[in-house]
Amino acid sequence: MATRIQFENSCEVGVFSKLTNAYCLVAIGGSENFYSMFEAELADVIPVVKTSIAGTRIIGRLCAGNKNGLLLPHTTTDQELQHLRNSLPDQVVVQRIEERLSALGNCIACNDHVALTHPDLDRETEELIADVLGVEVFRQTIAGNILVGSYCAISNRGGLVHPHTSIEDLDELSTLLQVPLVAGTVNRGSEVIAAGMTVNDWTAFCGSDTTATELSVIESVFKLREARPSSIVDEMRKSLIDSYV
Amino acid sequence: MSDLSASGMFVPSQTVGTVLCCICGVAMPPNPANMCVGCLRSRVDITEGLTRHAAVVHCPECRSYLQPPRTWLRGLEPESKELLAFCLRRLRLPLRRVRLVHAEFIWTEPHSKRLRLRLRVQAEALHGAILEQSHLVELTVHDRLCDACSRSQANPDQWSAAVQLRQHVSHRRTFFYLEQLILRHSAATRALRIGETDHGLDFFFGSRSHALKFVDFITGVTPVRSRSDKQLVSHDPKSNLYNYKHTFSVEICPVCREDLICLPPKLANALGNLGPLVLCTKVTNSIALLDPFTLRSAFLDANQYWRAPFKALLTGRQLVEYIVLDVEVESAEVSVGGFRYMLAHAQVARVADFGKNDTMFTIKTHLGHLLNPGDYALGYDLYAANSNDFEIEQHKGLILPEALLVRKSYQEKRTKNRGKARSWKLKSLNMDVDTTSKGRADEEKRNTEYEEFLRDLEENPEMRFNISLYRNKEYQPSEMASAADGEDVPSIPLEELLADLDLSEDEESEEAGNMKE
Repeated sequence: MATRIQFENSCEVGVFSKLTNAYCLVAIGGSENFYSMFEAELADVIPVVKTSIAGTRIIGRLCAGNKNGLLLPHTTTDQELQHLRNSLPDQVVVQRIEERLSALGNCIACNDHVALTHPDLDRETEELIADVLGVEVFRQTIAGNILVGSYCAISNRGGLVHPHTSIEDLDELSTLLQVPLVAGTVNRGSEVIAAGMTVNDWTAFCGSDTTATELSVIESVFKLREARPSSIVDEMRKSLIDSYV
Repeated sequence: MSDLSASGMFVPSQTVGTVLCCICGVAMPPNPANMCVGCLRSRVDITEGLTRHAAVVHCPECRSYLQPPRTWLRGLEPESKELLAFCLRRLRLPLRRVRLVHAEFIWTEPHSKRLRLRLRVQAEALHGAILEQSHLVELTVHDRLCDACSRSQANPDQWSAAVQLRQHVSHRRTFFYLEQLILRHSAATRALRIGETDHGLDFFFGSRSHALKFVDFITGVTPVRSRSDKQLVSHDPKSNLYNYKHTFSVEICPVCREDLICLPPKLANALGNLGPLVLCTKVTNSIALLDPFTLRSAFLDANQYWRAPFKALLTGRQLVEYIVLDVEVESAEVSVGGFRYMLAHAQVARVADFGKNDTMFTIKTHLGHLLNPGDYALGYDLYAANSNDFEIEQHKGLILPEALLVRKSYQEKRTKNRGKARSWKLKSLNMDVDTTSKGRADEEKRNTEYEEFLRDLEENPEMRFNISLYRNKEYQPSEMASAADGEDVPSIPLEELLADLDLSEDEESEEAGNMKE
């Protein structure tokens, strides 16, 4: 189920949060609304952890993780590392890596089986990713952009990529990732997909500027919509209404 | 990417996929805004801020448009390229933000005083997507007289430059000839008014440059000296604008064709000891002098003349008729300056004397090739003339001949043709003639002079060179034309006459008939 939320009047929710199948990280905001939205959805299923990385709030773009592990940049402080190790479940391996490209969220796009990385990532980092996250790593570009972590959002059921991706590229990526992919936008035509939304296997959170069309595309590709007819009235109403007057 | 493929590398084919428009959900190829064209158009108006109405000032008299602050542009036809460019300039489009792709006029009635344009502009809409939109502009035309038209309307006869053409001689032959020259070369088309005074003509022009052009023309056809002056009419001290009336005083040299001249001794020496008595044979922008006894000729430039000006001793009015009694050719025929002369001794007697007394003169003449015994000739009677000339006294020991023949006369034969119309006619400039009481007495004189001028034209083909002659439609060749005279009065052959263009409607058929000839 896709929900529209805002972090302190910004629609780029993928920047301030990280959602996986085993945990959710949320940035520390001025008001508690952002955190409470996540909590309302996920509290009894997975832990929702408030944190900062390297003293900043842009945690979604700095770390990369899935249900097996979490990778943090070298700028993470020890306290943050300890806090995360304490808050997250034990099967999640939290690892700080030394990597020149420290915005790991922009460089790595992963689900529980496959990861796409920035073509210039170090060899050791690639091995670490394969180790810690337990995934198969592919170096790729998306629509000519090397920041694969920003321009696509993938889950185990589907993926959304940059709208200018050609059909051949879509086919190739789809073969690599073994999930259906669609090219689309988020937040009323914004091409930076992963910054505008965050997704896991059963739920997604998008910026509040996302139009109904975009939301329906997201729900269909990530298979978030439930098939029963009554859901049209109850749950789909939220995605069908474009803006509240 | 394109330079990669240009360098020969293999680039796999890229097919552009379709995404859904984020607003309306219609499938479309991706664009920078990721919205379909309809949604983009409905949300973004790129013509916002462009002018939709503007004003243009137009002068109805000269049909020119004002380009502020003060330039008036002429020649802007309705729906023309230049008018379109002018209107676009007036709109002052923000060309940094929008790009003009196409502009055209939408037709409006001319008297609606509106100009409508349709422009197509391209500008960047959000996120770098370029949108093209059509934009209508309406320009209101305000009528206002431009400065030049309002000035000429207020005072239509206002002239600002005048040329005063003068020649201090007692006849008007030069001015008749000049009139024909001016008509032929259309030199006085810009003159506002032409006035006639007793010793010359006045031409009034609207601007100094027109007057200057006319003065240059006159300088090219006659030896003149001119000076120019100006008079301040008004001045604007703040913008340092001065409004003048310019006057050009042009004096034509008083020496005419067929004048007898006694050269001052200095000038005679300078010209190679040309006999002090010379005849003026031709006046163009230089004076041609001929010594009738040695058949030498010289040319005097306008500058040379005015440095040491001299007057004629005897002019054409003082020609007396002689009858030739005997001719003895002395030398062969020479060609001097395009004219043919033959030196001869002749025995002549004045027609006034002929039959009454025995006064005969044996003289040298240069007209040996024309004269036969029994011919009439015109010449200067130096025997009876009382020359009060300063120059003659200067020449010590000068012996004056008794008579000097100038040209052959057809006077007797002309009396037979008197009253008959000529087959050709001349046009004339429209001048303001002064009609004072003195003017009427002069009119008789003028008519005779004009008649002589026409006769001159008939006799001298080289004079006709620069003049346009028109066929006279009223002339019918008479049945009695075949005269038994051995020698015909010289007349102008038909080939030289131009068909006169007549634009009146009732004579069209006649005109067509004439033109075919």
